[in-house]
Amino acid sequence: MKPNPAIEPGSNAASEISRRDVLTLAGTGLVVLFSTEEAQARTQDEKIPERPTFPTDFNAYLRIAPNGRVTGLAGKIEMGQGSKTVLAQLIADELDVDYGVVDMVMVDTAVCPWDMGTFGSLNVRQYSLLVRAAAAEARAVLLQMASEKLGVPVNELTVRSGVISAKTAAGKHVSYGQLVDGKKIERHLAKVPVKAYPALGLSKQHLERKDAVAKVNGSAEYSADIKLPGMLYARILRPPAHGAKLKSANTEAAEKAGARVIRDGDLVAVLHPRPDVADHLLSLVKAEFDTPKSDVDEKSIFAHLEKTALPPTVVKQQGSIPEGEKQAASVVEQTYLNAYVAHAPIETHSALASFENGRVTVWASTQTPFPLREEIAAALKLPQSSVRVIVPYVGGAFGGKAPSSQAIEAARLSKLAGKPVQVVFDRAEEFFYDFFRPAAIVKLRTGLTADGKISSWDCQLIAGGDREALPFYAFSNQRTVSTGSWGGGNGKGMHFFGVGAWRAPSVNTNTFARESHMDILAAKAGVDPVEFRLRHLTNVRMRLCLETAAKRFGWKRGKAPAGHGQGVALGMDVNTYCATVAEVSVDKATGTVKVHRMVVAMDPGVAVNPDGALQQMEGATTMGLGYALTEGLRFQGGQIHDHNFDTYVLPRFSGVPKIECILIETPGATAEGCAEPPVVTVGAVLANAIFDATGARILELPMTPERVKAALARV
Amino acid sequence: MEQTISFTLNGKPASVVADGERMLLWVLRSDLALTGTKFGCGEAQCGACTVIVDGEAVRSCVTPLKDVAGKHVLTIEGLESGGQLNALQQAFVKHHAFQCGFCTPGMVINAYALLLKTPLAKREEIVKEMDGNLCRCGAHVRILDAIEEAGVAMHGGKQ
Repeated sequence: MKPNPAIEPGSNAASEISRRDVLTLAGTGLVVLFSTEEAQARTQDEKIPERPTFPTDFNAYLRIAPNGRVTGLAGKIEMGQGSKTVLAQLIADELDVDYGVVDMVMVDTAVCPWDMGTFGSLNVRQYSLLVRAAAAEARAVLLQMASEKLGVPVNELTVRSGVISAKTAAGKHVSYGQLVDGKKIERHLAKVPVKAYPALGLSKQHLERKDAVAKVNGSAEYSADIKLPGMLYARILRPPAHGAKLKSANTEAAEKAGARVIRDGDLVAVLHPRPDVADHLLSLVKAEFDTPKSDVDEKSIFAHLEKTALPPTVVKQQGSIPEGEKQAASVVEQTYLNAYVAHAPIETHSALASFENGRVTVWASTQTPFPLREEIAAALKLPQSSVRVIVPYVGGAFGGKAPSSQAIEAARLSKLAGKPVQVVFDRAEEFFYDFFRPAAIVKLRTGLTADGKISSWDCQLIAGGDREALPFYAFSNQRTVSTGSWGGGNGKGMHFFGVGAWRAPSVNTNTFARESHMDILAAKAGVDPVEFRLRHLTNVRMRLCLETAAKRFGWKRGKAPAGHGQGVALGMDVNTYCATVAEVSVDKATGTVKVHRMVVAMDPGVAVNPDGALQQMEGATTMGLGYALTEGLRFQGGQIHDHNFDTYVLPRFSGVPKIECILIETPGATAEGCAEPPVVTVGAVLANAIFDATGARILELPMTPERVKAALARV
Repeated sequence: MEQTISFTLNGKPASVVADGERMLLWVLRSDLALTGTKFGCGEAQCGACTVIVDGEAVRSCVTPLKDVAGKHVLTIEGLESGGQLNALQQAFVKHHAFQCGFCTPGMVINAYALLLKTPLAKREEIVKEMDGNLCRCGAHVRILDAIEEAGVAMHGGKQ
């Protein structure tokens, strides 16, 4: 296998990583884990009810069958990000078995080890450490068992494809399958070192994704594809707006037409053995609601956010803003806005629940199977041990399937109906019940010296959240304050519907503001945007990303291709660095933006599975085109006006540019996430390229044709 | 009103007793247990439910069952022959032209209908024909690469 040409060697500079993860890698070798004593002791001190945690027995993570096949068990779901593939790869690498013999089970709460949920690229940067440690310990135990069986010291044994052989005595060998012999391995070893990444044999090879064949021949099962005998399809009466209260519901006509109706408090559901018939029957239900009125919509939301925001708290203060402004030749102030954005996975929230003899099994499209198990247990007043959550393939999530109300509804209805019940949101429900990326405001006030240095950086965040809000540029006088976020801390009545984590929560908002503002300052200073950023950057990894992307793009100061504009933006998300350069053209008559080319350079430390990393880079870049150019929720108060893809416009084939991705690795760095960083730069890189093409600066996302035309009119 | 509706499904005769006004998507998924065809929007906005009827790609979520009476219906489950992926499916695997895979059956089927007619479709033509199929994961570039390459393979490897 050839090395992946997309990978370029990184700098040898010391990593500037400050790890936030629970588990730590010491150097690149020993993993210190499987010690939960301290955490447990604190739990007892505080009298906190006992919560699940990561199992410490490696048997929880993998099983070896007599025929040598290895089953990896993981609490992470596969939602397209390639977790199944990369975890199988790491198990194969640590165990020294072939990638092809590793099967993954993810997730069935009855057999998989506990996990809090699949988000934030934690699969590689955190969870893989557990899986590797488990496989490494299992391998060491198996070597010890083989040593005893073959009468050969461990250091004279070698492993290949799951067979342990004596290095010298020809013919002496035993396979993992024979050693385990279908039993659980009872022996344990403490603190077995995992292999360092360069020694991992598969990490630079192109591996066929574990889900590839099933996904192209239609056999891959998603939650809505699961069938049980006697199952019913439920359609649920929904309010016209968030906050609306049900006054009355007349289900007579639906019942006459063959519906089974279940009412449980405000839950009114129509059930039928055919899904489309259930949908029709729901339309026969006549209901009245008390609907609260509000005039706040997507235009007036920003004044509303300011009015309802709680007092801000200081995220960081360093140096002195007044001192910095004293040094400045000019002070530049600007306000950046972004709309609510939907997750809009193509698979809507889906679940099938089967309640039988006081136990319930739920198949659900969810990012959080173990927390969901707790929620279902609470809703049905069952012990958690009576609830089993199974997650088949998930058809996209992006943070939107952390909440999984459809699964709770299915479980409640199955219990009441005495039959298996499926709940699948239609597209309007998917929009209505989404937990949107919040509409948000970023205000920046900055000082620029006569020689083009930023002398002060004063940043105020409203509603978006403070993740990655602190600039990675070297600013000696800076302050960031924040109020409200996707995760809470919002003033009363601030949002009329749910908000939540949308791929790299906060960071899209904060990066759009910071990187747009850097461009405004560069223009004011009369300095090329790439050069201006380099002047303020000491971080060697970010500098290398920028230099690499600019070089590949062919960036020349003030020289975008004829009639086009070029833009640059930098972003990071939890220790992964990213630079994006884009080329656009603008139709001045219609305000339509055409993106021609995007070059993305990213340093995640180590790219454990390079093709998987590239898929994430391409996918995140493409997804970013949506919130940058077309996606913004339309609503009035709690009424959601977008019901389908005719008005809520996702990126399409015709809008996707040529995308070139370059992976950079930094020797000695840990493997970080790949799914988020390239999405965060897209808003600013396109705003900056539009400015370069037209002189028009757009300060609000999405940059729709109307907004582009309005900005052009101001030039 | 329930009636018996017969058609050819993935090369074999099929017969369904159902109301002919029901949409083909739901008959395929619930009556015939062919769940490879996906529900994404219900209004022909996303392409996840695409099937081929007499050589044309159609959105099964807005195609009444009665409209396929006597016709040939091809779904994602009908593309393999002898347990082998066809050239287009193989190209999707090779390019990893998917992530979550939920839009993939619709993508593959929509592209297959195009390549049946125009195996050597130019990139712009492929983009135009695929534009109504939505992918949220952003596998677009890989999907286009896979279709382009499969067209050449289906044409006997000659450009």
